[in-house]
Amino acid sequence: MSFSIASPAVEMRHITKRFGPVIANDSVDFTLERQEIHALLGENGAGKTTLMRILYGLYHADDGEIRIKGEPVTIHSPKDAIARGIGMVTQHFALAAPLSVTENVILGYTEGFRLGLPDARLRVAEAAQRFGILVDPEALVKDLSVGQRQRVEILKALYRNADVLILDEPTAVLTPQEVEQLFEGLRRLQAQGLSVVFISHKLHEVMDITDRVTVLRGGRVVGVVPTAHTTQSELARMMVGRPTYGVSKPDAARREDVLLRLENVCAEDNQGLPALKNVSLNVHAGEILGLAGVSGNGQRELAQVLEGVRSCTGGRVIANGHDITNAGPDKVMAAGVGRIPEDRHESVVAEMTVAQNMALEHLDEFVRNGMLDKRRIREHAEALIEAYQIKARPDDIIRTLSGGNMQKVILARVLERNPAVLVVAQPTRGLDVGATEYVRQKLLEQRQRGAAILLISEDLDEILELSDRIAVIYEGEIMGVVSPDVDIEHLGLLMSGVHQT
Amino acid sequence: MRFRIERNPSPVWLRPLIPLLAIVFTMVLTSTLVLLVGANPFAAYYYFLVEPLSSRVSAIEVLVKSTPLLLTGAAVTFAFVGGYWNIGAEGQLLMGATAATAIGLQMEGVPPWLAIPLMLAGGFAAGMLWALAPALMRVKLAIDEVVTTLLLNSVAFLIVSALLNGPWRDPVSQWPQSPEIAASAIFPKLIPRTRLHLGFIIAVVVIILIWFVLTRTAFGLRMRAVGLGSDAARFAGIHVDRTLLTAALVSGGIAGLAGVNEVAGIHYHLIDAISGGNGYTGIIVATLGTLNAWGVALAAVFIGLIDTGAQSVSRALGVPSYLGGVIQAALLLVTLAFLLLQHYRIRRVR
Repeated sequence: MSFSIASPAVEMRHITKRFGPVIANDSVDFTLERQEIHALLGENGAGKTTLMRILYGLYHADDGEIRIKGEPVTIHSPKDAIARGIGMVTQHFALAAPLSVTENVILGYTEGFRLGLPDARLRVAEAAQRFGILVDPEALVKDLSVGQRQRVEILKALYRNADVLILDEPTAVLTPQEVEQLFEGLRRLQAQGLSVVFISHKLHEVMDITDRVTVLRGGRVVGVVPTAHTTQSELARMMVGRPTYGVSKPDAARREDVLLRLENVCAEDNQGLPALKNVSLNVHAGEILGLAGVSGNGQRELAQVLEGVRSCTGGRVIANGHDITNAGPDKVMAAGVGRIPEDRHESVVAEMTVAQNMALEHLDEFVRNGMLDKRRIREHAEALIEAYQIKARPDDIIRTLSGGNMQKVILARVLERNPAVLVVAQPTRGLDVGATEYVRQKLLEQRQRGAAILLISEDLDEILELSDRIAVIYEGEIMGVVSPDVDIEHLGLLMSGVHQT
Repeated sequence: MRFRIERNPSPVWLRPLIPLLAIVFTMVLTSTLVLLVGANPFAAYYYFLVEPLSSRVSAIEVLVKSTPLLLTGAAVTFAFVGGYWNIGAEGQLLMGATAATAIGLQMEGVPPWLAIPLMLAGGFAAGMLWALAPALMRVKLAIDEVVTTLLLNSVAFLIVSALLNGPWRDPVSQWPQSPEIAASAIFPKLIPRTRLHLGFIIAVVVIILIWFVLTRTAFGLRMRAVGLGSDAARFAGIHVDRTLLTAALVSGGIAGLAGVNEVAGIHYHLIDAISGGNGYTGIIVATLGTLNAWGVALAAVFIGLIDTGAQSVSRALGVPSYLGGVIQAALLLVTLAFLLLQHYRIRRVR
């Protein structure tokens, strides 16, 4: 009787993995049925990625058992995993940009001395055809969009005969249209016999594409449910451990005065190529202007120009009545601009203390008789820690803080000065639900106070939730400014560079 | 069985002990060398570390030996804290010594209260000047200062050599050494019939000053921020270039003072061996002292002790006095390894 039922594609039992004192996976059970798309849902740090890295041979479990198609296995390395038919596509693609699609696909999967590129090209084209993955085998990877590169990664796994595909947050870098294409492709591959692990924390995508959901919290499984029998709010509650409320956006607070004005701003990226092309934007007092766009379209450079750490090659920036074009960070701050940068390690000195970092931007205010007033630095930190509910002591080294607390340190340092203008980049990236809600709430409070806020984010949900208006950037150009109740299709088209008609 | 290195910082209580552990480990390591030359390691380390402190005269000699190290150690520390890797204390010391000689030779009839400050100022300025070019190249052109400061050491040595074989050659003996500086320019002795001189007080004052600047002033905190994370420091509105330049120039100036110290306190004329490697040893002192002013003071006295001990051990046991140098070098490597390893832990994996 038992052999009439095919054993599951993957079974992981009692998997435990510790990192020093932290238990990343605590006796986790996970079963992936054949031809199933199975979501692994959880907050950052819940243990989703760790579990899949164990399956892919990147980590080794301290305890537990893995069976693949019913057979107990030990996976020492990704090589073993690939041999067992497991493929993994991470958020950071492992592709060689100067090489072609074919070369990337066969890289590390060649036999013998001769490369046999023409044959390989045919086989890769044939595989692409069979799996319905639309990609030119002769194109160079560097010329491909992010969505196309992801397809190459998937093709690479399938070409190695993977029948289990692990996708780690695959939609984080895609436009809405590309997400739809990805999902269509996955459904087709599922019909051909593929099983998929879909790691995500985006509930609507999980509802959309998956058959079953395993929810992880704090390294433990809190539930396994068929997607058809659950709801987004139930999943959210399982994931966070309490009901989530989201943030409620109060009525518009926008005033007429423009506090941040960009006029034809041009700038170059680190390679000296144009990254911003005549960007003009106005941000009003009491308004959040969201800047939407796929990663790498000039958002980073724009934030840096406004933060005073990148010079522009043309145009003007007026903040709060001061011309801050090509001004350094000190002048930008003096003009009343508060800055929450994309890379938290770019704005705090990781090896210094919380109190020192909180004082660093305005050290002159903490000097008495030519000496540092250490007591004031400490009291200042204590007050901010209290006001912003930061779980840290003034003398803690920043490096030891969680991402959420580190972000709160930066937030506290900036917001305590009631800046007229706020430049905020990726403010909730990598934060858990609680910290994310906190940060968003604080931004809305600043909006009510009358700050002009430029919110640069690659999280489209965040932009839609917080913004009063949305500007879309593509290859350094502003494609248009739309209202947040815009049709999502239209927004997606703007993000992929299709001009407004 | 395989091993894996994991990032895992050691507990806070262990950190101050790391230089001590490094010293013990170095002794164990170098005891094989002592055995090779046929001496008893325990006896050798007794003469290295204990014997010099057993008499008043040799204990004072330890302080004499540590005086230039206090200065070069302070110089290197000041630069390293700001993230400026000044390997050029040796050359800056030589230039300070050259300036001190040039001024000291002209001080006949000038009272000491004027002659000595003039020499100190001249030595400081010369050290700064020698540090200026690499610092500007780092700040303006992003050229690695490790290379430029190191190469300039040889240039400084050749300049000293040229002076001693040319215009400053001693007219009486014809040796490649300068004439003696004026009597009023010579540092007064602190204790009669010893070699301990005014330079020791100056060195202690410099140590106190760098402690104050690094830990008690806004400038010190900014410098630390630049050293620990220059991007974050720039983001916070700190003028990184200006801070680096200041760190480099002050460091060069302090190293220049070490040169004044050797001319006016020990030799009274310029010779090409004036530095005795103290510029390089300053790097060992700063590292062993974990870039902390008090740690640097302890490290300077410790190295001064080994220097003094190297002579007593060779007298007593017939061991080559070079062994002192070997121990110092081994100590630097071991300390660096220990300081690095404190962030890691080696684990066995199945």
